[in-house]
Amino acid sequence: MFGKLTLSAIPLDQPIIMGTCIVLILGILAILALITYKRKWGWLWTEWITTVDHKRIGVMYTLLALVMLLRGFSDAIMMRSQQALASSNGHGFLPPEHYDQIFSAHGTIMIFFMAMPFVVGLMNFVVPLQIGARDVAFPVLNSVSFWLTAAGALLINLSLGVGEFARTGWLAYPPLSELPFSPGVGVDYYLWSLQISGVGTLLSGVNLLTTILKLRAPGMRLSMMPVFSWTALASNMLIVAAFPILTATFAMLLLDRYLGTHFFTNDGGGNPMMYINLIWTWGHPEVYILILPPFGVFSEVIATFSRKPLFGYRSMVVATMVITLLAFTTWLHHFFTMGSGADVNGFFGITTMVIAIPTGVKIFNWLFTMYGGRVRFTSPVLWTIGFMVTFTIGGMTGVLMAVPPADFVLHNSLFLVAHFHNVIIGGVVFGCLAGLTYWFPKAFGFRLHEGLGKAAFWCWFVGFYLAFMPLYILGFMGMTRRMNHYDDPSWLPYLLVAEGGAVLILIGILLQATQLVWSVKKRETLRAGADPWDGRTLEWSTASPPPPYNFARVPQVEGIDAYWEAKQEVMAASNQPYEAIEMPKNSGLGFFVSVFAVIGGFGMIWHIWWMGILALVAFFALIVWSSWDEDDEFELSATEVALFERANPHAA
Amino acid sequence: MMVRTTTRSSLARLTTVMACCTFLSACTEGVLLPKGPVGAQEKQLLLEALIPMLMVITPIILLTLWFAWWFRASNAKATYRPRWEYSGAIEFSIWMIPLLVILFLGSLAWIGAHQLDPYQPLASKRKPLVVQVVAMDWRWLFIYPEQGVASVNELAIPVDTPVSFRLTSATVMNSFFIPSLGGQIYAMPGMQTQLQLQASESGNYRGLSAQYSGAGFSDMHFQVLATDEAGFQMWVRQAKSAATRLDSTAYDRLAAEHKVGKVAYYSPVSGALFDHAIDHATKRTESTSGVAASNPGTTLLSAGAEH
Amino acid sequence: MSSNVVSLDMPSGESGAQLPSRQHVTGFGFYLYLLSDGILFAALFAGFAVLRTATDGGPDGHVLFSARNAFIETACLLTSSFTCGIAMLACDRRNKFVALIGFLVTAVLGIVFLTLEIHEFADLIAKGDGPGRSAFLSSFFTLVSTHGLHVTCGLLWLGVLLVQFLLRGFTPAILRRFLCFSLFWHVLDVVWIGVFTFVYLVGGYL
Repeated sequence: MFGKLTLSAIPLDQPIIMGTCIVLILGILAILALITYKRKWGWLWTEWITTVDHKRIGVMYTLLALVMLLRGFSDAIMMRSQQALASSNGHGFLPPEHYDQIFSAHGTIMIFFMAMPFVVGLMNFVVPLQIGARDVAFPVLNSVSFWLTAAGALLINLSLGVGEFARTGWLAYPPLSELPFSPGVGVDYYLWSLQISGVGTLLSGVNLLTTILKLRAPGMRLSMMPVFSWTALASNMLIVAAFPILTATFAMLLLDRYLGTHFFTNDGGGNPMMYINLIWTWGHPEVYILILPPFGVFSEVIATFSRKPLFGYRSMVVATMVITLLAFTTWLHHFFTMGSGADVNGFFGITTMVIAIPTGVKIFNWLFTMYGGRVRFTSPVLWTIGFMVTFTIGGMTGVLMAVPPADFVLHNSLFLVAHFHNVIIGGVVFGCLAGLTYWFPKAFGFRLHEGLGKAAFWCWFVGFYLAFMPLYILGFMGMTRRMNHYDDPSWLPYLLVAEGGAVLILIGILLQATQLVWSVKKRETLRAGADPWDGRTLEWSTASPPPPYNFARVPQVEGIDAYWEAKQEVMAASNQPYEAIEMPKNSGLGFFVSVFAVIGGFGMIWHIWWMGILALVAFFALIVWSSWDEDDEFELSATEVALFERANPHAA
Repeated sequence: MMVRTTTRSSLARLTTVMACCTFLSACTEGVLLPKGPVGAQEKQLLLEALIPMLMVITPIILLTLWFAWWFRASNAKATYRPRWEYSGAIEFSIWMIPLLVILFLGSLAWIGAHQLDPYQPLASKRKPLVVQVVAMDWRWLFIYPEQGVASVNELAIPVDTPVSFRLTSATVMNSFFIPSLGGQIYAMPGMQTQLQLQASESGNYRGLSAQYSGAGFSDMHFQVLATDEAGFQMWVRQAKSAATRLDSTAYDRLAAEHKVGKVAYYSPVSGALFDHAIDHATKRTESTSGVAASNPGTTLLSAGAEH
Repeated sequence: MSSNVVSLDMPSGESGAQLPSRQHVTGFGFYLYLLSDGILFAALFAGFAVLRTATDGGPDGHVLFSARNAFIETACLLTSSFTCGIAMLACDRRNKFVALIGFLVTAVLGIVFLTLEIHEFADLIAKGDGPGRSAFLSSFFTLVSTHGLHVTCGLLWLGVLLVQFLLRGFTPAILRRFLCFSLFWHVLDVVWIGVFTFVYLVGGYL
């Protein structure tokens, strides 16, 4: 009746897990109680759960990312603490099976449920505003994408209290992830949660790509588009091209585990090396999906706060598109040590290095944007400069490992771990935090508290170096990754410094949480108008927050930095009458699809077949039901538009 | 294999010492203190790539900090160029500089990949010692086919003799790595990889698996005993005196265990045991025991898949 | 006066540049989705190419595949693409009867295709050559079944669409959906050409 699910699936004998679950459950109950007490369920349903407004969806993605940052970071600090305590074959405080789940969960959550939603959230919020559109091309699909991502996140978090998570690392290499070596539900949680959220991501890629290519404001040629929108275009092209590979590969592994096929098994002719090739063919473009939009953020931020146009717009765009193309040519550098031969290794070493050329061009362009500027050191600028220094170091260590014989001695060591955290934290996280601070006033009408933001930045920045520079040294000393205890005591001092760095980052995160709460409390003193930073691009021409329809009148664009140029001219107030605007209706489809995705995923994980089938049937029924009503738009009358515009003046 | 110039190697040595000891490390062993020619060349290549890159990025980082500081809004002395957004000369340079650096590094990568190909035999007057390696859960089996002995978690090799490894795995992917002697290579079930290493100094070195393989992974390290020829022969004699034989049946039993291993010796070792090991990994396996599992895995077709 | 002026207050109709129609945008987006589906199939084809010799001592394509079956299946799908095209032309002309017939024939041919395919699979499985027999068979079954699942979903979709069509006629939404369906159906046909060529012909007879 319930497949493999029994009460023993709850890890009652693991105090840390049980404690965490209790805290989480109490916290969730408290939030539910608060919503009930304030009678906000109706508001929550109409304003957030069923919204199809890209701005709201962008905010929800970002909120999901921030919450999952907390979960992923807790995993990180537990790992650091375990390693700080487990010298000379000590046991630390984590049972080994628990530690092995923690490092797998840490990577999975940080990449799929922190970085991806953060990046997608920023793109969702900003891109339609920047290109002068009223929303994305497919608003209901946008909601579906978000809720599917949330469904995946929920499933992964369920694995904490019901069952277990994978003990394979974040990419679940076979044969370890096959049934003979991972017979439990952990790998199934991993696979189903990522398949579900992967569909969401793919649909979001199609959505944003269509939006950028088809819904730009009249007159906005691609060559006039802001750089953040260009990087969004590139990132979404990569999503559409790469995510199907992930879907196919995970499907093959699922078939191995559920139907006894032999794609990657040891027996029956299976080929684990094929998994590694396929997964990295997705995996390398994935890191470019993550880094390109933050590059775009830095471009916007540095131009705005230097009070100059971005230097070398055209070469920035060319460099971005070159990176996009080359992203698919480098994947083998993740397994130089698998024995592919010198020609193959050499070829991919070279292609990996070639991709550093356009990246270097970008760094120079940011550098020369500051040159001749009037740089204001707001916290987004601090994140940007922190990025320029940190990412350069990380990129260097990456190019170092692109030399195959160097990789032979560094592969899978803590040097590698330091490298990818160097570029992901220094690049993706810094960029997303810069973007968050930069566009927060646009989304909410008030700024985040600057002092706390700067303090948080310094904690992150110094904390990062303390946490990861020792890992480079440990890599040279021969320490490999994913160890839950070790025997060499000379490694301990470095791990202690790394732990200190992690604690400092924790303080940074706490400061950011404080900043959020404090800013909400003091929002009247932090009020921001439409254009708090003296921005250059179209999103700053709308009110803060923008009306649901973004632009009362569709902007007509004639050049780059459209808004900046407009501000230089004195605009006469227009007497043209407003027109009625067609708006998409709210839809519960996304939410309900995801409810059944969670139910179906959970059923499949625990081999509760009827639950899986039920969910599938419900899914089809939902789609049919939702398609039955063809009237999915409502009209906002010209009077309503006028009323709103009068109440919320924007700068232009 | 080519011998590098002495000035380069002394610079490299100096940098190593500085880098290592700047951070108060005990400088025990590691990639920067190779004890063999393969590791030494890999380290050389590493530094030849690293140092030029450091020379490129250091000015860029300094320039970043300097521009940010000099062009800060409160600095009235800095010239404000609000419309300056393009310069042909700069555009040319910013493509050229990375291109030239990558041309240099790319050739290092290509040449290095070929010179240090793990499958390429080492140039030596001595006949290579063949060692067959089987990664298990969670220990390493070393088979010496010519000596007719095998050991678990202890690899004895004579100094200044090339060692030619043939590697496979009994279970899942592993990576065979001796940081002091040189680079690693994956050991994969049903497949055979190769690696060539050589020790130039006697000593005890650490070996490990660098690819996570499950519950006992953290304990999957082994000792490398590099001794002179006489010491090696003594080790072989000692191993030969072990009473346990290692034939196919004994091997199958060994491979089916899932626990961390202690040092052990086997002799005699049946011929073609390594080929048997490769073949054995591809046979249909049952669910493992000793792995914490809520339920053994079942598949929908397992009832019908009788072969 | 600088030419880089953005006019935020001009009414949307005046400049002449219009945003594309919903039909166009939906069709384009759906086409992008189909490209991504193509990559999904590409990954499965790549898997098939790698695993086509991994028969674990069992049978390979030369032994297993029936020429007759594959030819009939191909004929069915190609014809169904043709009838789908006829139906779409009828949609352009708002000819309800021809559109209905065209789509119905498309559906019937699709069902014939699926029936033949399921039969082939059932035969193989009964002989013990199911997807669990070897890596080659795993990848064969998965690649061909993925295509078959797409066909199945397409038929279910067409069924719902035809019901809606009978109730409402040529509404803009239904025209959009027919457009997407036909794109879907044609792309599936192209994928089948790939399957037929690489799995059945190259892997089977040549």
